[in-house]
Amino acid sequence: MTGDTVLQVRNLAVEFDSIDGTVHAVNNVSFDLKRGQTLGVVGESGSGKSVSMMSLLRLIAEPPGKITSGSAVFLPRNGEPVDLLQLPKRWLARIRGDRIGFVFQDPMSSLNPLMTVGEQIAESVRKHTELQGSVCRDRAVELLEHVGIPGAAERYNNYPHQFSGGMRQRVMIAIAIACNPDIIIADEPTTALDVTVQAEIVDRMQKLTKELSISVIWISHDLGVVAGIADVLMVMYGGSVVERGEISRVYSHPRHPYTIGLLGALPKLGAAQKRLVNIGGSPPSLFSPPRQCAFAARCPWVFDRCKAERPPLFFATGSHSEDPSAHGHVTACFYDLEKDRRRDPDETGIDVTAFEVGQQG
Amino acid sequence: MIDRPYVRVDELTQHFPIKRGVVISRKVGAVKAVDGVSFTIRSGETLGLVGESGCGKSTTGRSILRLYRPTSGRVLLDDVDITALKPDELREMRPKMQMIFQDSYSSLNPRHSVAKIVAEPMVIQGEKDGTKLRHRVQELLDLVGLDADHAKRFPHEFSGGQRQRIGIARALALNPSFVVCDEPISALDVSIQAQVVNLLAALQRELGLTYLFIAHDLSMVRHISHRIAVMYLGRIMEQADYDELFRMPMHPYTQSLMSAVPIPEPSVEKARTRMILKGDVPSPARPPSGCVFHTRCPFATERCSFEVPEPREIRDRHAVACHNVDDVFVGSQIEAQRSAIVESLESAAGEGPDRAFASMDTGA
Ligand SMILES: Nc1ncnc2c1ncn2[C@@H]1O[C@H](COP(=O)(O)OP(=O)(O)OP(=O)(O)O)[C@@H](O)[C@H]1O
Ligand SMILES: Nc1ncnc2c1ncn2[C@@H]1O[C@H](COP(=O)(O)OP(=O)(O)OP(=O)(O)O)[C@@H](O)[C@H]1O
Ligand SMILES: [Mg+2]
Ligand SMILES: [Mg+2]
Repeated sequence: MTGDTVLQVRNLAVEFDSIDGTVHAVNNVSFDLKRGQTLGVVGESGSGKSVSMMSLLRLIAEPPGKITSGSAVFLPRNGEPVDLLQLPKRWLARIRGDRIGFVFQDPMSSLNPLMTVGEQIAESVRKHTELQGSVCRDRAVELLEHVGIPGAAERYNNYPHQFSGGMRQRVMIAIAIACNPDIIIADEPTTALDVTVQAEIVDRMQKLTKELSISVIWISHDLGVVAGIADVLMVMYGGSVVERGEISRVYSHPRHPYTIGLLGALPKLGAAQKRLVNIGGSPPSLFSPPRQCAFAARCPWVFDRCKAERPPLFFATGSHSEDPSAHGHVTACFYDLEKDRRRDPDETGIDVTAFEVGQQG
Repeated sequence: MIDRPYVRVDELTQHFPIKRGVVISRKVGAVKAVDGVSFTIRSGETLGLVGESGCGKSTTGRSILRLYRPTSGRVLLDDVDITALKPDELREMRPKMQMIFQDSYSSLNPRHSVAKIVAEPMVIQGEKDGTKLRHRVQELLDLVGLDADHAKRFPHEFSGGQRQRIGIARALALNPSFVVCDEPISALDVSIQAQVVNLLAALQRELGLTYLFIAHDLSMVRHISHRIAVMYLGRIMEQADYDELFRMPMHPYTQSLMSAVPIPEPSVEKARTRMILKGDVPSPARPPSGCVFHTRCPFATERCSFEVPEPREIRDRHAVACHNVDDVFVGSQIEAQRSAIVESLESAAGEGPDRAFASMDTGA
C-alpha cells in the first residue's frame, strides 16, 4: 500500500525579497511521499513548513517569492509523471484541488462567504469529477454526512458564517476529498480548534484518507497530533530538513539536537515527569545564506565543523545519504556523524543534560 | 504550611448584557460568561484553570482582579474582600495582584523601549526617582533572564519567548503576591513554551508567588499546578489536586479533555482509548438547561437536562459537578471509561525512553 511514490521533491529552495534583504526561507529540501502514506512535517514558526509545501503548487506570492532551484515530480494514479515546478500555471490550476487537495488552518479564508456550504462542495464535485447536474448535490450531501455534519441535507443550505470553526474545517475536508485526490496537503488544519474538536477531526481525516488511500502531508507544530497520524516524520529547522525517518523510530531515537530538545520540551500527560528541557536562544535569522548549521547558535553540542559548513543529511548510522528516497532514518548533524553519540542504532538513553533543564518545586 | 487560602473565590458570577437597538438600547439577554465559580488557592501555590475556548477562563481571571465588576459573588485576597472595595482602596490593592497576557505582542506598546514598558507600573504608582527606576528595571530583567542592554531596545526586536519575559518582568515590577497568568504560553513555539513555564515555576519558588494559571489544555498545566479546576461554559466541572486529577478524572468532560490531548509518543497515540465528543461547544448566550455539558455528554440521563448538578466533594479534596458519577449504573460506566483512559495514558509513561529522565540527578 505504501509501495510506490506519488511525489518526489528534490533540492527545493525558495527565497523572498524583502526590504531588509533576501530571506532564505527554504534551503535544499528533498523528500519522497509514498502512496497512502502520511508525512508529518514539524518545526517551529518560520521554519519553512508552509512555504516549502505551498511552493510545490506555486501558491506563494511570486514576487517577492522565488523558487530558486529544485524539482517536484508528481506521479498521479492515472497519468504521466510531471514536474510541478516546470508546469505552466494554467495546468497547475487543474492539478490543484483536483489531484492535490488543500486544507488550511483558517477555513474562512478559503470558503466563499456568499455561497452556501453545500453549493461550494457541489461545485467542487462538478468541476473535478465526471458527475453532472443534481447528482452533484446528492454527492455533496453525502460528503457532508461523511465528514460528520449532523442533519446534512438541511445544513446544505447554510452559509459558512452559520457554521462553527470545527464544522467549517469539516467542510474544507469534504471539499478536499470530493474528487478523490492523490494527495492532500493539510497545513495546521486543527491548530485553531479546541482540543476535543481537534481529536474528532484528526480521527476522521485519518479514517477517510486511509479508506481512500490518499497520501497526506500534515503540517503541524504539535508533535502529539503528528504522533497519532503520521507514518513518516520530517523535522524542519531554519528552512532545512534536519531529520527524517519512520515516526516511531524518530520519537524513540531522535538524532538531531533540535529534535532531541523539542521532544524533551514536551510535557507527557501520563508520565510523572517533572522537568522540561529548555532550548535556549531563539530561532535563526534567515537573511544570511545557509553556510553553517542553522541550529549551531542554540546547540549544546556545537563544534568547529558545524560553523564551517552546512551538514547534509546522513543516515543515522553514519553513512552519507545521497538518495532522499531511501527508506531509513536520516539526520543533518556533524556531531551525530563524528562524535560518540552515533552508530549504535539501539542506543536508548538520550542525554539531555547538555540543555538547560528546568525543574518544578 | 497551614491550610490557609490566600485567594478565595465564592460563587463568582459575571454576566455580560446582550443589547439590541441603536437609539434606545435594551437588554435582551445575557452572556453567562462565569456562572457561580468557587475555588481557593493556597499561598505560594498554583491553581490551573483549564477549559476550551469561550468557557470563561479569562473572564474569571479579570473579574477576580476587578478589571470587571462582578455580577455577584465574592473574591477574598489575603482576607480582604476585593469585590467590596471602593476605587481608591482598590488602587491601593492593585500592586499586589497582576496579570500576564497570552498575546505579549499586542500587550506591549511598540513605541516604548523595554525599560519604559517595565517601569510603567511603577511610574503609574507615583515613583519618580530615575535612578531607583533604572535599578529596579535592571533587577527585573535579570530576574527573567534578559540582558541588561535589552532595556534600550523595542518589542519588535525580540522573539515571542523574550517578549513574554518582558511581560513577566512588567507584571513583577510592583512585587505582586498574586499573578493571573492568562495562557502565557499558548502563542509560543513548543521549544519556547518550556522556557517560560520553567521561568514561572522558578519565580514562584524564589518569590513565593501565588498563581492562577489559565490554559486551554491539560498538558502543560500539570507542570506548574498544585491544583487544577476544569471549566466548561462558565462553570467548574471538576476540581482536585493535580496528581489526583490525573489519576482519578471523574467528570466525563475532564475525561474527554484528557483523552483529547495528543501524546507525543506514536505507539501510544495511535492505540489509545479515545472519548470523542459529538458536536461543538454551545454558545454561552444560550447555555443548555440543567447540566451545561449534557448536550455533548455520552453518559447524560434525563435528569441532567433539567437539574443543574452542584459540585460535590466525592473524594478527599476532589469535587465533581455531575449527577451520575456515583450512580450505581451510569457511574460504573463512567468509572470504566476513566480507567481505560488513564491506563492508556500511563502506558505512555512506560513506553520508550523518557527524555527528561536522563538528567534527573544532574539537572539544574
Ligand atoms: N511573502 C513573504 N515575504 C517575505 N518573507 C516571507 C514571505 N512568506 C514567508 N516568508 C518567510 O519565510 C519563512 C518561512 O515561512 P513559513 O510560512 O513557511 O513558516 P512556517 O514553518 O509555516 O511557520 P508557521 O508555523 O508560523 O506557519 C519565514 O521566515 C517567513 O517570514
Ligand atoms: N466584555 C465582554 N462583553 C460581552 N461578552 C463577553 C465579554 N468578554 C467575554 N465575553 C464572552 O464571554 C464568554 C467567555 O469569554 P472568555 O474570554 O472568558 O473565554 P476564555 O475561556 O478565556 O476563552 P479563550 O480560550 O478563547 O480565551 C465568551 O462567550 C465571550 O464571547
Ligand atoms: Mg505555516
Ligand atoms: Mg481567554
